Amino acid sequence: MLFTSYNFIAFLSAVIILYWLIPRKARWVLLLVADMVFYYFSKTTALPVNLIYLVSTIVSTYIFTNLITRNANKEKAYLKANKESLDKETKKKYKEQQKAVRRRLLIGSIVVNIGMLAVVKYTNFTISNINSIMGVLGSAHRLTFVDIAVPMGISYYIFQTVGYSIDCYRGKTEAQKNIFKLALFASFFPQLVQGPISRYDDLAPALFESKEFDFKYISYGLQRILWGFFKKLVIADRLLTAVTTIIKDTETYNGLFVVLGMLFYAIELYCDFTGGIDITIGAAEALGIPLKENFIRPYFSKTLKEFWNRWHITMGTWFTDYIFYPLSVSKFMLNLNRSSRKHLGDKIGKRVPVYTATIIVWFATGIWHGASWNFIVWGLGNCLVLLISQELEPFYRFFHSKTKVNGTRIWDAVRIIRTMLIVSSLRLFDCYRDVPLTFKMFGSIFTDKAVINKETLMGLGLEPTDYIVVLIGVIIVFVVSLIGRSGSVRDKISTIPYWGKFAIWFGLFLIVLIFGQYGIGYAASQFIYNQF
Amino acid sequence: MKTGKLKTIIRIIASAVVVVLVLTFLTLLLTPKFMSGVTEGAMIAEFYDEEMCHDVVFVGDCELYENISPVTLWENYGISSYIRGSAQQLIWQSYYLMEDTLRYEKPDVFVFNVLSMKYNTPQKETYNRMTLDGMRWSSSKIESINASMLPEEHFIEYVFPILRFHSRWNDLTEDDINYLIDKDKVSHNGYYMRVDSKPVSKIPNGMPLGDYTFGDNAMYYLDKMVELCHKNNVELVLVKAPSLFPVWYPEWDAQIEKFASAHKIKYYNLLDCADTIGIDWNTDTYDAGLHLNLSGATKTSVFLGQILRDECHIKDHRGDPYYEKIWAPKIDFYYEDIEEQKIKYNITDN
Repeated sequence: MLFTSYNFIAFLSAVIILYWLIPRKARWVLLLVADMVFYYFSKTTALPVNLIYLVSTIVSTYIFTNLITRNANKEKAYLKANKESLDKETKKKYKEQQKAVRRRLLIGSIVVNIGMLAVVKYTNFTISNINSIMGVLGSAHRLTFVDIAVPMGISYYIFQTVGYSIDCYRGKTEAQKNIFKLALFASFFPQLVQGPISRYDDLAPALFESKEFDFKYISYGLQRILWGFFKKLVIADRLLTAVTTIIKDTETYNGLFVVLGMLFYAIELYCDFTGGIDITIGAAEALGIPLKENFIRPYFSKTLKEFWNRWHITMGTWFTDYIFYPLSVSKFMLNLNRSSRKHLGDKIGKRVPVYTATIIVWFATGIWHGASWNFIVWGLGNCLVLLISQELEPFYRFFHSKTKVNGTRIWDAVRIIRTMLIVSSLRLFDCYRDVPLTFKMFGSIFTDKAVINKETLMGLGLEPTDYIVVLIGVIIVFVVSLIGRSGSVRDKISTIPYWGKFAIWFGLFLIVLIFGQYGIGYAASQFIYNQF
Repeated sequence: MKTGKLKTIIRIIASAVVVVLVLTFLTLLLTPKFMSGVTEGAMIAEFYDEEMCHDVVFVGDCELYENISPVTLWENYGISSYIRGSAQQLIWQSYYLMEDTLRYEKPDVFVFNVLSMKYNTPQKETYNRMTLDGMRWSSSKIESINASMLPEEHFIEYVFPILRFHSRWNDLTEDDINYLIDKDKVSHNGYYMRVDSKPVSKIPNGMPLGDYTFGDNAMYYLDKMVELCHKNNVELVLVKAPSLFPVWYPEWDAQIEKFASAHKIKYYNLLDCADTIGIDWNTDTYDAGLHLNLSGATKTSVFLGQILRDECHIKDHRGDPYYEKIWAPKIDFYYEDIEEQKIKYNITDN
């Protein structure tokens, strides 16, 4: 059930109406039923297969986290009961023993869930690499690819439940004793297909304890959904044709067209992904459930590091909290730190574990986006730029102190454009999905002289009016982003007189209705981030 | 009632009125008008402007609305008739148009052209829209939409046509403004007239088919037609209009004959009677055999009118002031159109 389909609009409307009509205590049950209905009608693979993965995640997470919490409670009770009789050393030993038990349980949970994700997403990628290695080694034997369809939303719900399991292990949260409530947390339909990746402590209270009805939830939710439709249907899906044309025909569209493709893809991806998240957050908001923001004006970033703090925020923080930090303080890293400092000296040695953890995180980020080398190279490319920036920090400080340009509008603009160029250049790996071809096309920017004029622009599948619509759409998004820097745009609109508000929202509705790319003649375009 | 509450109610009502007015205007603006070029899309809706006094109602595809002239039937036999036809009209669409017709009048005879028996499943969205959009809302229209929709179609797009035609903002023409509310008549009681001619150059042999049996769905609706006519005491007549393309296979003809005989209904293969009718394939078709022109349609109508008069006993209404009053402007319009088309196609009377 695509977010931009009539079915989803009808489904969401029904859920919102029912949700606010039924008693508060029963609302979470309605949401769980809605999740199942949504999952059923959104099936990308045969339903039993789709459900088996989701149910396995819920059941395994439920069992492991409850065992973890039970162990932690048992530990607490034992220590409390024997507070006087146990000496410090015995207590410490007992705690370590129990922690080891919990760690094994956590590892069990992670192995089951990440293992499932690895099997469905990476089996064929692994086979493909093994076959390549065998080819290089001269073996004629080849492994056969397996037919596994990736269940809808698996990357998101597994990340969410694994994060929850780690939180239980860390004692940050207690395990949910009601498996159906855990199922709701894992499968909350607005965020099931493209995130954001929520934390249990943030989401669970809102899911299980519904609020008093307030019309503001519905109006704000619908406004946010409408804004998402605008970005997705009016801008992103319109540019999709041009981006696809440029990417598919590399012979014709090289040189400056690669730059144009980078620009178009930057706009398309932003409007597609943030549009989808707007619909997600809006749908949840209409039910009185706040979700974490996943984007904060990422294209206003002055550095790549800042960009990644503003783009797909919940994924970034997930990798930081659940991979980078644990990895950085792991026994292996501490040993590596000691060893590298000993052999390479303090200055270089201290960097080795940080670099290693960073590289691992970006490798994971890359492969999370897709089981292919282009995504891995894309991830590592980001990592490389981030590490170089970090190393060049003293130089930047020196440069800024000498030139006094830092903080000026022009310099900020230069930095924003530079960041955009870096982000877009790296995204070419995502566009062309082939590492050597990406390098070739990037090189063509400097060597090939493709001409961009009215005629060639028309060849990209867009009419002049489409370019005008995109241009106006981008200006609207830009202006709204500028206004949004000083607080919620919806709050600001809500303060203006009634007919002004009406004109803005009804006008936006009409823009989506008329200029949206939907219905017969337009292939219903999947949201890009649904694929992950 | 407190002023604040009243103000809110007034605002809600005013907003709703604005929304309805704007959306209605946009729907009217963006929906295709079919006033020039492809005018077939406007034909189904024209029926509702009629004085409902038809003896014979034809239902079917282009083989009917381009090959039969109700004005000729009137002038020669005093038969009041109407063609509820549209491009590639599928049998279930014809059936639901019959049902729809019966809401407004009860003709003596329904004539159904059997070519559409070859289609067992929905074919083209464009043709669906041309047939279905013109129908007034009723259970027949709803069922016809449900029976006709292709997988990529959505019922809601029929309820709110703006959802289907929103992208026409880029293709609007003067017609969309000129015919925003009122439309011109494009047909002569459902007849699409063409006076030009293009001779048949080659008579095609049909490609052999693996299976000539009509599909279950098509047969189901043919049965339903018989049942509907029986229930409403209307005679059903089946015809195969005289067109050379698409090919009408003898195997298909045999099945229709068998069906007609089993159900004791009349079936006339007018293609087989083309010589008797007097069709000259050099002068009586405007597109090399697909459809007849005015000359061919006149000959066919004269022939069919005789059958309707003699076999179906349709009353001659000529001389009846009620009917004469209805038909007089139609005849004027008919001959004006002939003259206009003669100029358009540069045709001189010999």
